[in-house]
Amino acid sequence: MPPAIAIEELTKDYAVGFWRKRPYRALDRLSISIETGEIFGFLGPNGAGKTTTLKLLMQLIFPTSGRAEILGQPVGHVATRQRIGYLAENPYYYDYLTAEELLGYFAQLFGYDAADRRKRIARLLDEVGIGGERRLQLRKFSKGMVQRVGIAQALINDPDVVFLDEPMSGLDPLGRREVRNLILRLRDQGRTVFFSSHILADAESLCSRIAVVAGGRLAAAGRVSDILAFEIRGWELIVTGVTREALALVAPGARRTSEISPGHFTIELATEPPPERVLADLIAAGGSLVSLHPIRDTLEDFFVKRVAAAGSAREMPSARD
Amino acid sequence: MRAISCIALSVFRESVRDRVPYNLVIFAILLIASSFFLGQLTAGQDVKIIKDLGLAATAVFGLFIAIFIGIGLVSKEVERRSIYGLLAKPISRPQLILGKYAGLVLTLAVNVTVMTIALYAVLAYMTWTTAPALQTAWDAPGIDARLLKSVFLIFVELMLITALALFFSTFSTPLLSAALTLGLYIVGHFNADLRNFEKVVESKTAAWLARGLYHLLPDLSAFDVKTQVVHGLEVPAGYLALTAGYGVLYIALLLIVSILIFSRRDFK
Repeated sequence: MPPAIAIEELTKDYAVGFWRKRPYRALDRLSISIETGEIFGFLGPNGAGKTTTLKLLMQLIFPTSGRAEILGQPVGHVATRQRIGYLAENPYYYDYLTAEELLGYFAQLFGYDAADRRKRIARLLDEVGIGGERRLQLRKFSKGMVQRVGIAQALINDPDVVFLDEPMSGLDPLGRREVRNLILRLRDQGRTVFFSSHILADAESLCSRIAVVAGGRLAAAGRVSDILAFEIRGWELIVTGVTREALALVAPGARRTSEISPGHFTIELATEPPPERVLADLIAAGGSLVSLHPIRDTLEDFFVKRVAAAGSAREMPSARD
Repeated sequence: MRAISCIALSVFRESVRDRVPYNLVIFAILLIASSFFLGQLTAGQDVKIIKDLGLAATAVFGLFIAIFIGIGLVSKEVERRSIYGLLAKPISRPQLILGKYAGLVLTLAVNVTVMTIALYAVLAYMTWTTAPALQTAWDAPGIDARLLKSVFLIFVELMLITALALFFSTFSTPLLSAALTLGLYIVGHFNADLRNFEKVVESKTAAWLARGLYHLLPDLSAFDVKTQVVHGLEVPAGYLALTAGYGVLYIALLLIVSILIFSRRDFK
């Protein structure tokens, strides 16, 4: 079975400058492959090339070189779009249409009959949390509500592959949780979800695999569990009922100690000595334990390191003469 | 075909909900109606003035609709980025262009029909209230089917202007598209003068250039038969067919070039 999405050496140059045009490389030989049924996180800072990649996949722009396939067909294959959903970054739709009419218009383009359209529209608008507002014109919608409508229109055709460009953008915490659950439901239904984001917590909690792009280049790709070393880098201990002097005696090797409130401390310990020993000494000194957490690499740490490395390696080669 | 008709209906719905064409149609109808009062001031010329003004209003307000909506058909979608969601659906770029064009032609057809009905209503009232003896002084009957020949050519001309506006909007901004379309509309009405340019200039290069431009730019004066029909002169069916054929050919070429440009365009 071919991968749901296959991208090979995809490159995009833009001409910049007014009089003397020179190429600017927005995407540089990107190669990734996304399997059917996985949630793939496409991460990177602003201007990294995420939206450029998504636009290339939707053939809103044409590649300078390289190729990409969706569901075994080259991008731009009109019939394949029958099985694809796409949410653009900060989407904008038609002011004069209501949410229902917009979805109706798009559903018509997919060829659904009137009864089917009505059912799909009602179900999807319920799913994204658009209630009585569905009969309001979109110009009266807030940014978050437009985003919800955008997600609904991306799913109007029950797509096999869904492309979401910054799907959490403009949503409140409740909305973000709902979209997270929606993405997980899509995966459970066997659909492939490709989403771009710079919010790492979303990727960490949702994705089976991720790719990190920086400066138009692939900085890393793989399983979140492979990318993040599982080993413990230290311990975070929160204790109460001790003095700073007592702490200095029992935990002399602490990397960092900070007093949250009088007698209430956060201590960052190294892996050695084991935290049990420090904890026993603290209790003996009259303190009591509030919490103890292992410190591991987060996706954010990884992201910052990789993006910084990509930035220093690049030395602005994108603005080529 | 389904995609094209879907897009066309959406353009029509947008136009209906947009207040600009409404205002233009109401204004045009008012103008036609006011020509009735103007006609009262000039004995014997009243019907001619109503026909003149009525046909001119249909052409001018149709032009405004064609330009102001035509330039926004594609460029507004690109500028506001609504095109991203649309092009991700199972439609091709040529279908999008053809659907947008068909939608505006449908809007224009409705507008021209409404304006024509308004014109005929005023003319019917005029005929009904004027004594038959006085009507003999008119160049042509009040309710004259020949007016439809002029309306038909106005409509083909508006279709051509729409294709021009659409063509410009596939690669430039709305403001520039409007200026270029309006410019070509004006040039198009004086284009026939370029044909005989060698009679007024000595330079062969200038004459050759003028003739080249004559063939390249649309000859819009051919679509103007208002004077003939108002004076009750015959407009031969052959002329109508030939002019409409010229219009359709020009429109087809403009749409093909628009599709070629639009199909290669990057939406950054």
